[in-house]
Amino acid sequence: MKDFAALLDALIFTPSRNGKLRHMQAYFATAEDPHRGWGLAGLTGGLDFKSAKPALVRALVEERVDPALFRWSYDFVGDLAETVALIWPAQPGANRPPSLDEVVTRLRLAGKSEVPGLLAGWLDALDATGRWALLKLITGGLRVGVSARLAKTALAEFGKVDVAEIEEIWHGLEPPYGPLFDWLEGRGDRPEPNESVAFRPMMLANPLEDRDFESLDFAAYRAEWKWDGIRVQLVARNGERRLYSRTGDDIGRAFPEIIEAMDFEAVLDGELLVVRDGLVAPFNDLQQRLGRKTVSAKLLESNPAHVRLYDMLFEGGDDVRPLPLDQRRQRLESWYGAGRPRFDLSDVLPVAGREALAALRAEARTAGIEGLMLKRADSAYVAGRPKGPWYKWKRDPLTLDVVLMYAQRGHGKRSSFYSDYTFGAWRDSEGGDELVPVGKAYFGFTDEELKQLDKWVRDNTVDRFGPVRAVAPGLVLEVAFDAVHPSTRHKSGLAMRFPRVKRIRWDKPADEADRVETLAALVETA
Amino acid sequence: MSAPHPETWLQTRPEGLYCLPGDFYVDPHRPVGRAVVTHGHADHARPNNEAVLATPETLAIMRARYREQAGGTLQPLRYGERERIGEVEVSFAPAGHVLGSAQAVLEWRGSRVVISGDYKRRRDPTCPAFEPVPCDVFVTEATFGLPVFTHPDDGEEIRKLLTSRALFPERTHVVGVYALGKAQRVICRLREEGYDRPLYIHGALQALCDLYRELGVALGELRPATATSKQEMMGEIVLAPPSAIADRWARRLSDPVVVLASGWMRVRQRAKQRGVELPLVMSDHADWPELTRTLEDVGAPEVWVTHGSEEALVHWANGQGFRARALSLIGRGEEEQEVA
Repeated sequence: MKDFAALLDALIFTPSRNGKLRHMQAYFATAEDPHRGWGLAGLTGGLDFKSAKPALVRALVEERVDPALFRWSYDFVGDLAETVALIWPAQPGANRPPSLDEVVTRLRLAGKSEVPGLLAGWLDALDATGRWALLKLITGGLRVGVSARLAKTALAEFGKVDVAEIEEIWHGLEPPYGPLFDWLEGRGDRPEPNESVAFRPMMLANPLEDRDFESLDFAAYRAEWKWDGIRVQLVARNGERRLYSRTGDDIGRAFPEIIEAMDFEAVLDGELLVVRDGLVAPFNDLQQRLGRKTVSAKLLESNPAHVRLYDMLFEGGDDVRPLPLDQRRQRLESWYGAGRPRFDLSDVLPVAGREALAALRAEARTAGIEGLMLKRADSAYVAGRPKGPWYKWKRDPLTLDVVLMYAQRGHGKRSSFYSDYTFGAWRDSEGGDELVPVGKAYFGFTDEELKQLDKWVRDNTVDRFGPVRAVAPGLVLEVAFDAVHPSTRHKSGLAMRFPRVKRIRWDKPADEADRVETLAALVETA
Repeated sequence: MSAPHPETWLQTRPEGLYCLPGDFYVDPHRPVGRAVVTHGHADHARPNNEAVLATPETLAIMRARYREQAGGTLQPLRYGERERIGEVEVSFAPAGHVLGSAQAVLEWRGSRVVISGDYKRRRDPTCPAFEPVPCDVFVTEATFGLPVFTHPDDGEEIRKLLTSRALFPERTHVVGVYALGKAQRVICRLREEGYDRPLYIHGALQALCDLYRELGVALGELRPATATSKQEMMGEIVLAPPSAIADRWARRLSDPVVVLASGWMRVRQRAKQRGVELPLVMSDHADWPELTRTLEDVGAPEVWVTHGSEEALVHWANGQGFRARALSLIGRGEEEQEVA
């Protein structure tokens, strides 16, 4: 338990992806079986204990600690698990601390009435960090900034294999993953993939650069709209159904209506969207459905999910990935037949030459469309992002000249820099023009520009609120963004999608920046 | 005749805690005629008092910090020696907080008060350990006066730093430490754990490190952190004041791991707010178990609690049969709040 607790403790404070990977690799290399396997299960969301709830934890601590002292402490710390971990009275001579294996296996077998006693005994024996980790583990949701994908990436680097190889076999494996570690450490064969519900690494597209555009053999490509949703893989085999994100995270629980509609035997590739009356809703409507463990009936009704299908990977047990795109498309169309509820097919657009295609892209201003996809007609479906067979050709972003209003310190490498910028546009008010925030951006500039921006912020600060500085309205930023839609969460009533700093307009006076009305006019209707 | 109750001869005034029969203040907040100073931190030792009584080490620290403003007459008094001021016998007992730190022991007409200043009970290689002194009233700090504060063993914390250095050999570890006490303790503990490479220090730490050495505390090789390239700083450990570790000064370092050594690091949210990547829970103040144990060890029937979470410690002490109350002193804890 001690090394797993130390790992969680390190992960929660480590801002950078590489740092997190390094910590996890060190853990996999030094922790022993079967504990590290349970640790891996914890990191990938594979452990779920139903019997330990926060209310139980609170009841246990209140039996042991003066209530007034507990209340002052909880007020000070602000987090129940952490308060309990810190305030739990040490028991000199308590039993040895439990191993992670002991915690997991005993909790799994324990009846509801046994849980309080087990938990109290462990809390007595662990140190504060161990108690904190135990409470995080059993009350659900580690929240240490690690996705299942990142944990698998660390595991792949530890075992010196491609993460795609781990994904292929992942869904056939059970914690604590003994055979997996045996293979990664060269003591055993690669475990057999469980064909039924494995995630297959997706095929991804490269952006179409200007030089590609010049040399591209357009006749050899098929074009489709690039829909602005979430790329998903649907796996339905032998009665089991899974919905995976692009990174292989299982997101089925948030989209029960899609799972329910998957009454087929196939592996498909498509775009998850919110569609009302046949029209794609703004990305924001889909955003509200993401990251949930359960979804309310109201949200199911108001933001109905839909999948627009791009491709077919398996039909029944038949692996069609090696076939050319055109043949896969034929299989997809005949499988689809007259139609299926909650699914439709992404249209194949006519490619009548370079200019016609460029015109099509320029027209692509409807909500829900990000641009065009270009796929070679003869391309096999392969994992990763090979250069050549598939391109994404996003439409030009929208831009707006805005005024810097607030700057916040960044994290990790940027912790000494004011690197997160809230910007505003002008609008009328009773006392003349006023600035109202319209968005926030924290990338798009070079390191050198970041230094200049940081200096400008420090030189023009008019107020401070913790890590945030308010600055005088004097710097214009040209921001690029993919779309803008109405939002009740912002004072301006508008929210930008994917805003980034395109240029710093050192030359432009602030009063010549754009107005909120200009931004409002860019809202797209379906 | 029974001894006079300390309430009759000690008063809180705007300048600080005042002793009537001796006509002096203990750790006054503003310049006064005569001051008894427990230790060199700036919220206890202020410049420009006309006369100062303190341990020789504390006076040396005040001279190093304030130079000609250290005070008019600086009178040293060693631990265990006695000095009469007015009608009051004054002596010092070690407080274990930083080099030279002392509890002020005041006796008048058979009644004894111990003003402990800041203290801790665990081992510190840079200063002698706290000694409990029996008394009628014990004045205690309560910086970490909540039961959530139990500082771990400092060896474990130091080894966390060394483990992190091994895991990130290409990065610089920049450790935020208070210039007086914490810096030298972290250095000594690193040496005791076998770290013998040169340590790099921010300019603000130089004078006090030099002074500690003069006073006999071995620190090993220290180098200024300023005159070096990023390349040279790869894998090295740098010590700097907390204000510098996540600010522009730290940009000269190689992809720094931001470390902060402070008792406040016990609370994760505090560490996260400050952008700390590696929190080390190390304090020169007593944690909750040390505070409560100290009240028991000293055994004074009455306890006055200053700066920190007074209400919780007062509540606990009253429940244990002490007569306890909060004593509010102005300006205390301000410097320490940053990095206690």
